[in-house]
Amino acid sequence: MTRMAATRDGYGQALLDLAGNEKVVVLEADLGKSTKSLHFRKAYPDRTISCGIGEQNMLLVGAGMAASGYIPFASTFAIFTERAFEQMRNGIARPNLAVHLCGSHGGTHTGTDGSSAQSIEDLGIFRTLPNVVVMHPCDDVSTRVLTMQLPALGTPSYMRTARNKTPVLYDGREDEIKIGKGIVLKEGNDVAIVACGVLVSESLKAAESLKAEGIHATVVDMHTLKPIDGELIDTIATRCGALVTAEDHNVIGGLGSAVAEHLVANTFAPLEMVGVPDRFGESGQADEMLEVMQISAHYIALAAKKAISRK
Amino acid sequence: MTKSISDLEEIARKCRVEIVKMVHRAQAGHPGGSLSEIDLLAALYATRMRVRPDEPKWGDRDRFILSKGHASPGMYSILAEMGFISHEDLKSYRVLGGVCQGHVDMKWCPGVDFSAGSLGMGLSFGMGCATAARLDGSDRRAFVMIGDGEMQEGSVWEAAMAAAHHELGNLKVILDRNRIQNDDFCEVQMRMFDIPAKWKAFGWNVKEIDGHNMTEVMEGLDFLEAPENCNGPSILIAHTIKGAGISYMENNPSFHGAAPNDEQFHQAMLELGEVEA
Repeated sequence: MTRMAATRDGYGQALLDLAGNEKVVVLEADLGKSTKSLHFRKAYPDRTISCGIGEQNMLLVGAGMAASGYIPFASTFAIFTERAFEQMRNGIARPNLAVHLCGSHGGTHTGTDGSSAQSIEDLGIFRTLPNVVVMHPCDDVSTRVLTMQLPALGTPSYMRTARNKTPVLYDGREDEIKIGKGIVLKEGNDVAIVACGVLVSESLKAAESLKAEGIHATVVDMHTLKPIDGELIDTIATRCGALVTAEDHNVIGGLGSAVAEHLVANTFAPLEMVGVPDRFGESGQADEMLEVMQISAHYIALAAKKAISRK
Repeated sequence: MTKSISDLEEIARKCRVEIVKMVHRAQAGHPGGSLSEIDLLAALYATRMRVRPDEPKWGDRDRFILSKGHASPGMYSILAEMGFISHEDLKSYRVLGGVCQGHVDMKWCPGVDFSAGSLGMGLSFGMGCATAARLDGSDRRAFVMIGDGEMQEGSVWEAAMAAAHHELGNLKVILDRNRIQNDDFCEVQMRMFDIPAKWKAFGWNVKEIDGHNMTEVMEGLDFLEAPENCNGPSILIAHTIKGAGISYMENNPSFHGAAPNDEQFHQAMLELGEVEA
């Protein structure tokens, strides 16, 4: 049976695993229990800085520490990272200070808290910032591995994690996971589905249902939205001739946009974008939200057939 | 390196000359807040800052964060006076490719520790520097200069609360209380009521001085460094005059962000004793 876990747990584990590096510090804004930085706080209270409920301050405390030789990991809900956007822009990205920001509870999949907590624009807005690497991993293993790679990055980053559990795909496959490199989870020549985060497992389900209809799909986990793995996009566009993107994010500005931006300038192929249809969410269970937003496996499969029809 | 009061006053006078020259050359920039802060910067850099101008990235240097980063001519002039940059570099103010960017920028100018431009950010950054110093077991300090209009940014108070919570005795703020912001007098734009009481209520050590009286400035800096005030963050509220030293700029909101014309420039040089009538 598939193991289920939340990506935020992978983040919390990674912080503990990184603790051997004495320059690693953790910054919290009263949501450590939720983002899972609390494990680090318990083990290393001296290297954990509480910033209260003050995200703007937290990010710039991180900037000051990064400028002083530390490697700060700051986390809060994805939605609350957005109120510190200008701090991220002017105080972190512009001077290229390697502060690593994690926004948990991203997307409509976060569920019953409702629309105020369901960030659907975080990936898009942070993707517009020069110097910032943007990631949205799909399982706890890849979240842990990608987080572990951040200290070597030397530039700032934003990573979205999710509140709720999703199928674990990478147990024993840690070596395949690298920042900036998409991972081919399934090979097929009819259509390529490029997904991130919670919709990666939905895309695998969609590929299974397409297979029953004789359609063979490639499925890619594009955990890094920026820099986007253009080489892989070119390869699958050439091989499959049609693409679908799938993300629990506004269809404007996120993974679909990143893939489209690459395609139009390089290898042309029809593209269907599955994402939140430019609307806010509501309270509901995670699986219900994927249906309401029309981003579940069913809709991904429909989009795949449409993309194929446009070849 | 002992400096007398008159030495410091002369440093500040020379900086004022450079400030006016910079904004006149660029025909843009912020003379008012540069002139209000400059006596404070002159005393701070000439007598307190543990820095190495020939090694600007020395790890254990004191940090200075100009949060009101538009008042960059003031900082550039003292950096030139201290030898971080040359006086020739001052001509690059607001010029393409120049080390003297419009707002102070750590990626462009030696001696600048913080890339400013948006108000309400420097105190948080300074808190990060102070926290890092504490973790390092270093006695280096973080000095942050903020403006009074800047205190209308809510993020200043996030940082004020957090710095006191963490008892950051190595964090020292100087408030340039020049009473004027971009559009008008602070009193018109947003009344701030009892500023010392606000900082005291946030848990800070507070002292008020006349920011143009060099003897009081030195006493104020003594206060920031006093061991009894290193139990937590401290703020020096310096009452200043926007545009101080140039008669037509003083207390004139028009010179928050405007350059003098040629005639006004000549008058400024006369008033600063750079040319004879």
